[in-house]
Amino acid sequence: MTMKRDAALRILSRCYPDGIVVPVYQAAFDWMAIRPHPLNYLCTGAMGQASSHALGLALACPKERVLVLDGDGSLLMNLGSLVTIGEQQPGNLLHFVCDNGIYEVNGEFPVPGAKRVDFAAIAAAAGYRDTFTFTDLDTFGAALPNVLSLQGPVFVSLKVESGEPFPRDYRAIHSAEERAKFRTALALRLAG
Amino acid sequence: MADTLTGGFIIEELKGAGVEFVVALPDIVTCDELLWPIARQKPFRLVNVCKEDEGVSICAGMSYAEKRAVLLIQHTGFLDSINAIRVMGMDYQLPIVMMVGLQGIEKDRAPAASDQNGVRIIEPILLAMQIQYRVLDGQCQAGTIRWAIDAAYSKPHPLALLIPAIGGQV
Repeated sequence: MTMKRDAALRILSRCYPDGIVVPVYQAAFDWMAIRPHPLNYLCTGAMGQASSHALGLALACPKERVLVLDGDGSLLMNLGSLVTIGEQQPGNLLHFVCDNGIYEVNGEFPVPGAKRVDFAAIAAAAGYRDTFTFTDLDTFGAALPNVLSLQGPVFVSLKVESGEPFPRDYRAIHSAEERAKFRTALALRLAG
Repeated sequence: MADTLTGGFIIEELKGAGVEFVVALPDIVTCDELLWPIARQKPFRLVNVCKEDEGVSICAGMSYAEKRAVLLIQHTGFLDSINAIRVMGMDYQLPIVMMVGLQGIEKDRAPAASDQNGVRIIEPILLAMQIQYRVLDGQCQAGTIRWAIDAAYSKPHPLALLIPAIGGQV
């Protein structure tokens, strides 16, 4: 059982309307359309690095919630980051992964271990305080307010499939303008 | 001027530069004199990473919040992290400050003259990537490191500080 990713992200955007989010690739393209916001940290640059960018932000901004919207292929490139996060125990870090079993923006080729790897179990073993796996929208929507209120690090695996086909705006995820917008928005948030 | 580069000297320079975080993966050149004292005395918050490119991205994230961090790694980790350094350092011009131990370099030998292939190619790669760098040795003046780090954060750009030896290591 899976959820349409855009439907899951719309629920997330309603419950988490204005916090810091570090989204990657297709989840980023969806998220930009669903929740355009200057606190979207779009420019992670190298594939697999989102969770590490988010950890840096979380440690540097301990009073702000930091939510990373990872991909399964991306996380597989940086599984060690789960252990690093488990060691640091950032109470403000929420790590979501959109698990669709494929490299969606790279030809839809299956990721290693597709449909077999249990990311939430790996995160739990690495030291995350709470972990969840959601396969249907109703359960996800009902649980989300509580999940977002928990002390981190929290890990959430979303079993998803493609939903509405949002444009793949690669210019935005590498743009100096987006980086400047985030930096300014973060400074304002931290000053307030 | 010190005759020998020491871990204590580097720590004081990092303090003077306003560094709050040290992100590290152990390197035999810097571990005893620098990493262990940082871990024990806690002059900075230490973030131990599993792989060096994680550290590049952690430092990148911190830089957006105006927090100063130093990535303490071995030259092999630098080589392994080239893509992350390329994006965050070169493309995005973020202040990724790396202290890089040159494991295997011969005593009193310049990095470019090392018999060790991995050490010998570091400076040419830094030059090709247009990353500013300094080789830290016993001639390193007080203020040199803090000035370089301050410059990297004030007008954001990546920086590599190469460490051949600390505390009279051979």
